[in-house]
Order: sequence, then C-alpha cells, then structure tokens
Amino acid sequence: MELHQLTVHEAAALLQSGAISARALTDAQLVRLRALQPDVKAYLHVAEKQARRQAEEADEVLSAARRDGVLVSPLTGVPLGIKDVLSLAGQPTTCGSRLLKGYMPPYTATAVEKLAREHAIFLGKTNTDEFAMGSSTENSAYFTTHNPWDLTRVPGGSSGGSAAAVAAGMAIAALGTDTGGSVRQPAALCGVVGLKPSYGRVSRYGLVAFGSSLDQVGTLTKDVTDAALLLKVIAGHDPHDSTSLDVPVPDYRQALNPDVRGVRIGVPKEYFVDGMQPAVEKAVREAIAQLARMGAEVEEISLPNTEYALPVYYLIAPAEASANLARFDGIRYGQLVETGNMWKNFRETRGQGFGPEVKRRIMLGTYALSAGYYDAYYLKAGQVRTMIKADFERAFADVDVIITPTTPKTAFKIGERIDDPLSMYLGDIFTLSVNLAGLCGLSLPCGFDENKLPIGMQILGPSLGEEKILHVAYAYEQATTWHRQRPDI
Amino acid sequence: MGLTIQEVEHIAELAKLRLTAEEKTRYREQLSAILDYANCLQAVDTTGIPQTATVLPLKNVMREDKQQPSLPPDVALANAQEKENGFFRVPPILDE
Repeated sequence: MELHQLTVHEAAALLQSGAISARALTDAQLVRLRALQPDVKAYLHVAEKQARRQAEEADEVLSAARRDGVLVSPLTGVPLGIKDVLSLAGQPTTCGSRLLKGYMPPYTATAVEKLAREHAIFLGKTNTDEFAMGSSTENSAYFTTHNPWDLTRVPGGSSGGSAAAVAAGMAIAALGTDTGGSVRQPAALCGVVGLKPSYGRVSRYGLVAFGSSLDQVGTLTKDVTDAALLLKVIAGHDPHDSTSLDVPVPDYRQALNPDVRGVRIGVPKEYFVDGMQPAVEKAVREAIAQLARMGAEVEEISLPNTEYALPVYYLIAPAEASANLARFDGIRYGQLVETGNMWKNFRETRGQGFGPEVKRRIMLGTYALSAGYYDAYYLKAGQVRTMIKADFERAFADVDVIITPTTPKTAFKIGERIDDPLSMYLGDIFTLSVNLAGLCGLSLPCGFDENKLPIGMQILGPSLGEEKILHVAYAYEQATTWHRQRPDI
Repeated sequence: MGLTIQEVEHIAELAKLRLTAEEKTRYREQLSAILDYANCLQAVDTTGIPQTATVLPLKNVMREDKQQPSLPPDVALANAQEKENGFFRVPPILDE
C-alpha cells in the first residue's frame, strides 16, 4: 500500500512503531498533492515548508515517546488538510473570497489549534465555496475543485476541497465545516466519511462565521474510525465560544462496536422523494436492509415538516450571513477599494469583493430582516424551525438513529446548476434539517451509481448522540467494502 | 410576488453593496423566485409556536470581568491597508 492511501489509524500505527517517519509520510503526501493538484485543484494554498517543519517536530515527539515508552495521540505526525474558512496563523485564510485575498489571520481556530497541540501536520488550506456558501465549490473566487471520481463533475460543497483531497489521497484526513450539509454532501459525492457534530460539540472560535446558529466544524475521513479519532481531539468546551457546550467528551473509539442487534433505526418516508436518482434510493434501501439482517430493528417513521426545511434554511442562513458579513468593510482586513469616501468605500469594496452567490444571500437575508418583512420571513422561519426540531425530538423518543440518503443525486457536472440557484439549493434538501435542529449527522459510502459515482448514506442522531451514529456507521462499514474503494486517479 | 428594481436597490443600499444594472436585473428575478418559493411557509399554522433562534438551552454566558492578554496593536493592524500611528485610517465620514 502506498503511504497516501493510509487512514489516520493506519498511519498512527506505522508512525508510533517507527516503521515510517512523519517526515517521510509528509514528503510522500506533498509529492502526491503536487502531482494531482493541477487536475483536482483541492487546495487554495499549500504550506510545504511549514508542513516539513511540523513533521520534524512530530518525529521528535514520536521518537521521545518510543524511547520513554509513553503513548502519543493518533494524530501525531499525520498530514491533514484544513478548509480555508478556518483560521490558521501563518497561512492565508481567504474563505474562497476575492475580498480576503492575502488575509493572514493573527490567531488559529480552536479546532485547528487542538490538532496542532497533538502535533498533527497541516498540508495547506482546502478550497471552498466563497464563505462556505454553495454546494459545488463553483462559488470559490479562485477555481472549482474537480471530483476525483470524474474530473468533469463537482466534488460537492462547500467543503469540496477537503472531501476531494481525502478521496484523492491528497491528505490523510481533513477538517470541513457544515452549515446546511457542507461536510456531509461533499463526503457523499466524493465517497468518503463526513461527520457533522451536534451544534455546540466543537468550538466555532476562529471559524469565519456564516450562519452562527447553524455552523459547526466537522471531519472528512477515509473511514469511521478516523472520524471518531478526529472528533475526540476537536470536541469540547472553549471559553472563546460561548455556544460550545461545557459537557465531557467521550472516547468515541469506545462506540466503534460491530454489533447492532437491537439498535432501533428510523427511516423517514419524507426522505424518499419523487425525482431522486433510482440508484441512490436502491443503494440506501439495500444498506438499511443490510443493517436489518445484522439485527437492527428498522421502522418507518414520519418527519412531517420536512418539506419546509429548505425555505426555512434559505431564510435563516442568509439572514445570519447578512449580519455576519457586515464586518467585511475593507477597514481592518480585506481588499479595500479606496475611493476617498467612506460610504463609497463600503459599497465598492463589498460590491467588487463578494461573488454572485454571497451577494445574493446577503440581499436575501437583508430583505428577510428588513422593516416590514421581518415577521413574515425571519420570525415565521424561526417558528417553523421549532416545528422541524420537534419532529426530530418525537422521532428520537422511539428510535436510536435515523437513516436517509445524504443527497437525492450523485455528483453533477460542473456548470450544470450554477445559473439556477433554486435547483442548486434543492440538492441540499436531506442535509439542512440537521443543522436547523442542532443534531449530529454522518455520511458514509454505501454504493455506486451506473457511472461509478459514489452514493452516500446519512445517519442522524440526537444532539450529542455522536456515539450512536458512529456505532451504526462503524458496524455497516465493517460489513461492507465501499469505504476501501478509491478513485482511479 | 415579484420584487421591483427599486426594492432591489433599497436592499443593496441597506447591505452596502454596489450592484451593476445587469446584477440588479438578475437579482430581481432570482430573489423573486426564491421568495416565491419561501412563501409556502405562510400556509403553515404557527399560532403559539415560539421562534427558535438557537437550538441550545443557553441564556447569557458570563465570565469574570478581568483583564486578559489580547492581540498586540501591530498584529491587530497587520491586515489593514490604511493605518496611521497605531490606528485604522478611514476617510472622513461626516461630510456626506
């Protein structure tokens, strides 16, 4: 097996035994990354020098641990990709936006800092739709990432750079962020595992804010074990984020049990809709049948307000975005367009600096919050959000996890949906509710369509129910081989 | 329900975005279509249902009011294009 194909846990075993060095692994990753970047375009910025220096430090930690007979973190010496909406001091953070070209954050996001403390290695910053607004990376101001399974197709988004990097072996694992499906949807389209933790599970400090009541840092990994390992490191309370929950972090590895006998799985009828790709429905239904054969108890459930998730999300997320993005005025950071007049500076800096989708969402959010429309749009959406959340609370009284397809269709062609925002938004219908309700969710590979494009199955759990979804995902993964298939690139 | 060009211009001004004529036309169409779609919410009976602004049961999160280390001024100013004597520099704002 080549080094770039390793999972985190496989790499950790080799690093800790001394069979390979962090430097050798990092060099192999950088060679692979350089070779594939022209075709896949997963990274916005590659930090070769810093990565090599971090690798040397990791090798010192690893050899000292071997000498003293102590255990080190499984992340020590493991090369990762970091989505470019997460601040990392010493590397540019552009959020995929022209407005933030050249911006160097003066501090590091807590989730990234926690990985740095374990001596993980950062290969660079991965591509994203501008300010994480999009489902394809086509809204990146720099370039579109290509799906490693078919380079004419999108990798999904907004964490498309991270998902493509992991699928193509351009990182052992990666961090993404998920506001309405931005970790799970690209994971499904690229055939990797994407975990969105519950709202409050991981600190958002240093994550450039999009929708503050919805955003959460998540992981993109080659298997479920790696998701558990990474979550254990990045989860936990942070005094810098008052919405991070002050509750203990379990050892998620303990949840990785292949026995699902007696586990109750709900299958919501509203998630199998007209117009979805038949291969997707077939693969997900077969995966559920597999879990039933393994002893899980499967029952059909109803989440009656599912149809409202899309309009609710596309009012609340833009409303929050329009407030969060007000800070980009070109004064403290960003590409200022100097006109000699302050108000003109604002209009020009923002008008020229933001791309079409970001402006569209700022406009939509500003409208939903504006005088005369607040009650009809923002308040109404917040009330229906309560109903969506209540649907899940009722469902989780009877079942342990809920299983759905992650997306209605597999990866679409680059350019296919870019001129029709509503059709792009409709691809997110299965992932949005989870963020609205603050739940956790995971996408993992469960098959391929007729074009050999990956299909993702979504497993949802209640707030702080990460152990439940990791358990079911791990059991399914152990019984199947989808996660071992890699694109021929 | 469609937006007028005047409404699009009003929203753009609230959001401090300079739009081209072509952008105004396009956003008028696209935002009208999205809002039209969102209007299906008006049919939902939400009488007596509270709004969810955050999913967490948190109220105010307080901390002790004590001095803590913060960014040094030169670091805080490092990304600004216009600065002077340890301050962000902006054009005059009172003459418009």
